[in-house]
Amino acid sequence: MTTTTGALATRRLILQGAASVALLGLGNLPFAAAPARAAANDKYPEEAFKQKHEADAIKALYGKTAEPSDKVKLDAPEIAENGGVVPVSVTTTLDKVSSISFFVTENPYALAASYKFADGTIPGVANRLKMAKTTKLVAIVEADGKLYSATKEVKVTVGGCGG
Amino acid sequence: MASSIRVRATSNGDITEVQALIQHPMDTGLVKDSKGELIPAHFIQELKFECNGKDVFVADWGTAVSKDPYVKFSFKGAKKGDDLKISWTDNKGASDTTTAKIS
Repeated sequence: MTTTTGALATRRLILQGAASVALLGLGNLPFAAAPARAAANDKYPEEAFKQKHEADAIKALYGKTAEPSDKVKLDAPEIAENGGVVPVSVTTTLDKVSSISFFVTENPYALAASYKFADGTIPGVANRLKMAKTTKLVAIVEADGKLYSATKEVKVTVGGCGG
Repeated sequence: MASSIRVRATSNGDITEVQALIQHPMDTGLVKDSKGELIPAHFIQELKFECNGKDVFVADWGTAVSKDPYVKFSFKGAKKGDDLKISWTDNKGASDTTTAKIS
């Protein structure tokens, strides 16, 4: 009888031990992941993506303002039937382009996407964005340390944010 | 599980054109489900294209990128048969990686 309870007790102890080890293992994970992210030279611009207004988002992302340029060509439909999927693209004849970003002014958060270009990557990108309603769309090209922009109005007949 | 990334990279002499389509819900965190409860945000934050040991194109995405995102770009300096490595990470820490041969 005593031996059985003894065995049970040790078994319980072992189980408890296993559980606490598992808990410790889980607890360690976020810490292990954090340095790996920080090590990436270009961090995800969390703050810029949280800005509600276009001007604030541009400031958070680049820390300066853009000037309109006809060298930035922004292509988007005049009327988007489905705001959930709006094909948008940018091309530019500017040199030394390091990044291109898209801002949808009427969205809950203005910054939609930001692309970084290496030397030898053609400065242009096509993607699909969500638009909550009829909005101004702004593309910003960072070239040789300066910002250039192009703007277009997109009419949205059905919003893309579930509204 | 099949990869969430579908990619086509075609070389046209000097320039390689890349098109990628990724399966991901890209939930904004602002939409309610049929029970009226908010669907938590779940979206890809970083998408990276690597070729010959170099990052050729990096995307930082917010919630305004459409569901099952699509992206297209071109770059120089690769040839047919080179490997293009594509990887993404989302806001919940999930990730996926695939490698495509440039054709």
